[in-house]
Amino acid sequence: MRAVLAELLQHARELFDDLDLKAVCAWKQAQAGRKAIGYMPIYVPRELIHAAGMLPVGIVGGGDRLEIIRGDAYFQSYICHIPRSTIELALSRRLDVLDGMLFPSICDVIRNLSGMWTMLFPDRYVCYVDVPQNFDLRVGGAYWRRELETLREDLGKLAGQPISEESLRQSTMVYNENRRAIRDLYQARSRQPWLFPTSEVYLFLRAGNVLPPEEHTTLLRQYLAEAPLEDDRVEQDHSRVVLVGMFCEQPPLGLLKTLERAGCWVVDDDLLLGLRWLTDDVQCTGDPLQNLVAAYLSHSTATASRYLPDGNRGRWLVESVRRNSAEGVIFCAPSFCDPALLEQPMLVAALDRAGVPHTQFKYSEDTGQFAVIREQAGTFSDSIRLWSEA
Amino acid sequence: MSTPPQPLAASPRAAQKERSMELQKELIGAHYDALAAAGETGRKVVYTFVPGNLTELLRSFDILPVLPEINALQSGMRKLSADYIAEAEKQGHSEDVCTYVKCDIGMLKKGNIGPTGKKLPKPDLLLLSYTGCFTFMKWFELLRQEYDCPVAMLHVPYQSDGHIHAHHRDYILEQLRSEVIPQLERVTGRRYDEGRLRAMLRLSAQAEDDLVWVLESAKHVPSPIDAYFGGVYYIGPMFSAFRGTPQGVEYYRTLRSEVEARLAQDIGPITPEGSLEKERYRLVVEGPPNWTSFREFWKMFYEEGAVVVASTYTKVGGLYDRGFRHDPARPLESLAEYCMGCYTNLGLPTRTSLLEQYIREYRADGFLINSVKSCNSFSVGQLLILRQLEERTGVPGGFIESDLVDPRYFSAANIKNRIESYLQMLEQKRSAGTHA
Repeated sequence: MRAVLAELLQHARELFDDLDLKAVCAWKQAQAGRKAIGYMPIYVPRELIHAAGMLPVGIVGGGDRLEIIRGDAYFQSYICHIPRSTIELALSRRLDVLDGMLFPSICDVIRNLSGMWTMLFPDRYVCYVDVPQNFDLRVGGAYWRRELETLREDLGKLAGQPISEESLRQSTMVYNENRRAIRDLYQARSRQPWLFPTSEVYLFLRAGNVLPPEEHTTLLRQYLAEAPLEDDRVEQDHSRVVLVGMFCEQPPLGLLKTLERAGCWVVDDDLLLGLRWLTDDVQCTGDPLQNLVAAYLSHSTATASRYLPDGNRGRWLVESVRRNSAEGVIFCAPSFCDPALLEQPMLVAALDRAGVPHTQFKYSEDTGQFAVIREQAGTFSDSIRLWSEA
Repeated sequence: MSTPPQPLAASPRAAQKERSMELQKELIGAHYDALAAAGETGRKVVYTFVPGNLTELLRSFDILPVLPEINALQSGMRKLSADYIAEAEKQGHSEDVCTYVKCDIGMLKKGNIGPTGKKLPKPDLLLLSYTGCFTFMKWFELLRQEYDCPVAMLHVPYQSDGHIHAHHRDYILEQLRSEVIPQLERVTGRRYDEGRLRAMLRLSAQAEDDLVWVLESAKHVPSPIDAYFGGVYYIGPMFSAFRGTPQGVEYYRTLRSEVEARLAQDIGPITPEGSLEKERYRLVVEGPPNWTSFREFWKMFYEEGAVVVASTYTKVGGLYDRGFRHDPARPLESLAEYCMGCYTNLGLPTRTSLLEQYIREYRADGFLINSVKSCNSFSVGQLLILRQLEERTGVPGGFIESDLVDPRYFSAANIKNRIESYLQMLEQKRSAGTHA
């Protein structure tokens, strides 16, 4: 690997490994008075945090690098892993750098975690972000606007000054740039997945959880430019697959590498979905808050935690398969993840109707053994390549 | 949220068969008969959920409600849920998810036979009242795949800080006006009749007064009721299909008079084996009961003289005891506030405070959490609630685990052992206090 790419990759890897949020500490220390706001998956309006001059910090648990000492005492065995490692991070004071936490409405676990946070850390700002499930501008839109107005006011108070329209407009532009870069990266990977292995793409995406969006966009652009220059990245006889179910609790990096080693090119996924929740640019002229409202209502991605009024639960997945010329789908959901696992039978039915092969397994963020997954994914990949009608 | 198929008096050793039990049985029977005959009578059927249900609004359109959670718990009590869950898992539903959902899907796949042995009608509308439980949304999305019928979505904002905000109420009102009522009008071909709704809400409020009186009778020592195992029977008509009906009013008036009589005579709660003679422990319970071994579970308590004097499960369909009443003067506003105020729609700090109040107001010796695998809405945070309540009240807490309707997660020996140990600990603590 050339030094330039190796350096970029090392930077992304260090950010990924950094459970103490040193990058966030460094950002705060660089200028007196800076504040950082954490948020859980999936979607929060990061533009508002950024416009307040604060750093949005994505918190997705402790992965497979954190020993759970106290976190297990707060959750029953049948609860997924992300809340226990997130509590562990907080109780071990690794999240002290955060001046507040936002908990989006994704499931009952994250919802109740917001209440636990309020009880455990009464001196911190905590907000449950209850996104609308009604997508009529006059109904869900009016509600969402009021929710955003409250959040805007709260964040302004935390920052020490109100969030101006102009700063919100600027932040919207910054995040539009960031989402464009991510879209470009996903499209590039879909075209030539051998140039952009998912185990790398994920690290660069993940850097967006802790870097200011401007820096993250630059990093993504650098990676997009550098990765194709690697001589040894050549097309292989792999199967093209879409990964589904990883929008909240994240898989261990080893799992993504395992899928690639098993002969799967990932051409689309729902990893870290919040970073690219809005599928199109947010308008930058006019009322910036209303633009965020309109974008949420009309450009939200389809996923398990969002109600789809037309009831066509699988269409987005079939469309993704077609758009990315995928040959199969791997359902890869965290154990005990209600949204992903309740959604799965509906997606399976849609794939069956469309004649798309699929397989499924579960993981936990601290899963350490991948032999079975490798065997299953490898068999799936082989079956697609050897026996598909194409 | 229960209307069990066999009222208490069905037990061979039941001491008495009270009029309220007969009334409830008649109510349920008539409701399921009307559902079974819906195809012939032309009455429209709406499937909806217990928490935050809009029973009066539905009844003002002469619609018959079907509540899938009730069907699931009935299946659990009738020992059918294991087969239904197995059927759903066979069809690809994960072993990790809510067993109410799988029980309902399995029941549907096996013919949709209701608790009275008659086939339930298909829905004319799925009213997705998304209150206090994320799974509700997925549940009706799954049902939507099975039925060719419209869906009305009512998103009820979560009360994370325990307060009803004006724009939350406005949001629900707008959804009622722009989505729910128009759908009900389309399905029935009738116009929304606010006068009729007001009249029903007036009846609801009367019944609610009597329910609250019954629940609060447990403040008396000894308590004349069990507010958990008995309580699930008491809330049945209120939380399901009978709010806003004269029959509902009559049921609660009758129940109240029976409890008044028990109170006057210092008689303890009715159990499946007659009245409890000696109240030894007063408990507050958090979490739903197990339905597959309901009687066995209950027996573990009354055999030891443990009476549940307050429970949170009996608040999933509304916190009437904290003052809420359906208000005929503000019909839709009042329905909106009702939706938001259900127990599982309240943030954890509010839930913890409520439990603390119950422990103090009802002079509880202990509090017990029954943590059910199926229900993250209830269960996530319960271990923190346990710690905080012990710190705040000094009253010892107990913790047991089971499930709603999956018998694989009800380990009778373990649960009995835990309950006995817990009660022994309460006894020792009490003795130590006496001798101190």
